[in-house]
Amino acid sequence: MSGPLLRVGVRFAPSARDLSAEALGKIDEAIARYPEKRSALLPALWIAQQEQGYCAPRAQEQIAQKIGVSPAFVASVVSFYTMYHTQPVGRHVIDVCTTVSCWLRGSDALVGHLEKTLGIRVGETTADGRFTLRTVECLGSCGTAPMCQIGDDYHEDLTHDRIDAVLEGLR
Amino acid sequence: MGALKEKVLTLNVSHADQPAIDAAMKRGVWSRLPKALSMGPDALIEEIKKSGLRGRGGAGFPAGVKWSFMPKQPVKPSYLVVNADESEPGTFKDRLLMERDPHLCLEGFLLGAWAIRASAVFIYIRGEFVAGWKALDRAIAEARSKGFIGKNVLKSGWDVDVILHRGAGAYICGEETALMESLEGKRGYPRLKPPFPAAHGVYGNPTTINNVETLACVPHIVERGAEWFASIGREKNTGPKLYCLSGHVKRPGVYEAELGVPFETLFEEMGGGLLDPSRRLQAVIPGGSSAAVMTPAECAGLTMDFDSLAAKGSLLGSAGVMIMDDSVCMVRACERVLKFYAHESCGQCTPCRIGADWIHRIVARIEAGGGTPEDPGTLMSVCDGMVGKTICVFADAAAIPAKSFVTKFRDAFDEHIMRRACPLLLAPAGARG
Repeated sequence: MSGPLLRVGVRFAPSARDLSAEALGKIDEAIARYPEKRSALLPALWIAQQEQGYCAPRAQEQIAQKIGVSPAFVASVVSFYTMYHTQPVGRHVIDVCTTVSCWLRGSDALVGHLEKTLGIRVGETTADGRFTLRTVECLGSCGTAPMCQIGDDYHEDLTHDRIDAVLEGLR
Repeated sequence: MGALKEKVLTLNVSHADQPAIDAAMKRGVWSRLPKALSMGPDALIEEIKKSGLRGRGGAGFPAGVKWSFMPKQPVKPSYLVVNADESEPGTFKDRLLMERDPHLCLEGFLLGAWAIRASAVFIYIRGEFVAGWKALDRAIAEARSKGFIGKNVLKSGWDVDVILHRGAGAYICGEETALMESLEGKRGYPRLKPPFPAAHGVYGNPTTINNVETLACVPHIVERGAEWFASIGREKNTGPKLYCLSGHVKRPGVYEAELGVPFETLFEEMGGGLLDPSRRLQAVIPGGSSAAVMTPAECAGLTMDFDSLAAKGSLLGSAGVMIMDDSVCMVRACERVLKFYAHESCGQCTPCRIGADWIHRIVARIEAGGGTPEDPGTLMSVCDGMVGKTICVFADAAAIPAKSFVTKFRDAFDEHIMRRACPLLLAPAGARG
């Protein structure tokens, strides 16, 4: 539940990296879209995560400054939403839905298959940094269960062969 | 009855080019906007009231009545918020509309905004729906270029902006006041009501929140009239409705039918019956996992509408219909449902933060073979300590299904406790589905 510890002034790679000028520009654009600045917080975190792979402490500080809230406030928001990562993750995050409809259609076996194939447990990242495996709650794809989300994409009506083929295509 | 003579909301979802504005316009989308603009907001609200359109997000509140709560002579800007945070387990209908017919959705959003004289529309779409987000983002840009969105819409003198806002993974943000908090850049903590959103909504301004499917009905009502809409379905439960079938059903998917389609028609004729015909139907969750589970006996002769399901002590909710055959351990199913609520409780109110986790742990313990004869009673009393005792109805949404599983499938719970194990796991290998 608790957010990441913000260690101001302590430099440790890669979380101490500044957001690029391009990302900061996109955050300004997001701020301009809303009647009130703070509404741009979620979009800003998306921009940061897209660039750095997760919502790093340094990025959170920069966002806090832009939006005009404290870094602690940003951290409290980050920790509330499951899609924001507070730690570096694999290049491809596999989110397997395990809620009722997917469970009825074999999500347990799918998770077991992925753990075996990738050699990791749920919540872990492969040693080569390629995949992170997570289980998540309902993704709104119950009619095409079981399924998972990898990055932006839904992979539906999954069999073990089909998920193997999907993973094969992801470097 | 039950089946529609012709599809309404899903008429064009199978056309690959429908997400593009020119194709959508050829099929009639956006032709209702000029008509609504000439009617004026008050006549539009009256038309929607007459149609009997009830909110498709879960509560079933009459949409026209909701709109009429908005101030007629606003001193501050008014907002329409579109709830596209579709997250109720078993529900995937709004996703279909947004991905496959984003312009119909957008036209509906604009009509809703016009009815309440909104100066901005915020579309709050769940973070996982990237395809729907992209489709809407493109549709908004196209509609803007045609003058349907922006300053002086079709020379009506009305200015309206549309802002697409992406969530980041939190079921509670589908609760309308939590959604507004999230939209304001905060944790999704529900607000106390009153004040209601029509008086004090986003940024403290008058706000109406409607579901995607509700608003997608509006252009059709404007085109064909309230009487046409009211002629579909049953009394006080009017219009076409999207039903989401999932679980142990042969043809899962979204089905459009009259509101009040008989369960048998939906499940047997449309869905093709059980996935494995050698099995027996054991349980049905009729309206997303927050609805009380139902037995096959309760489903016999049932019509799938707001009032019939409420009369049976359950909910039509979001019309997420989940089918379970007799291979399912009902204690495990209950555990699976409650795990969701334990995970998704926002933690703001103590009865919910503690209770949702507590009832999940009780059921998990029973499933694992460690339950005691007192456990079902404890669970029921914890549930009673949750219902009606929190800021929002999330606690009720966890406690009511929990109680329904224990009450209706009590034998399964007792057998687990007595045999100190899940009976299905004790069965010989291969017997489990």
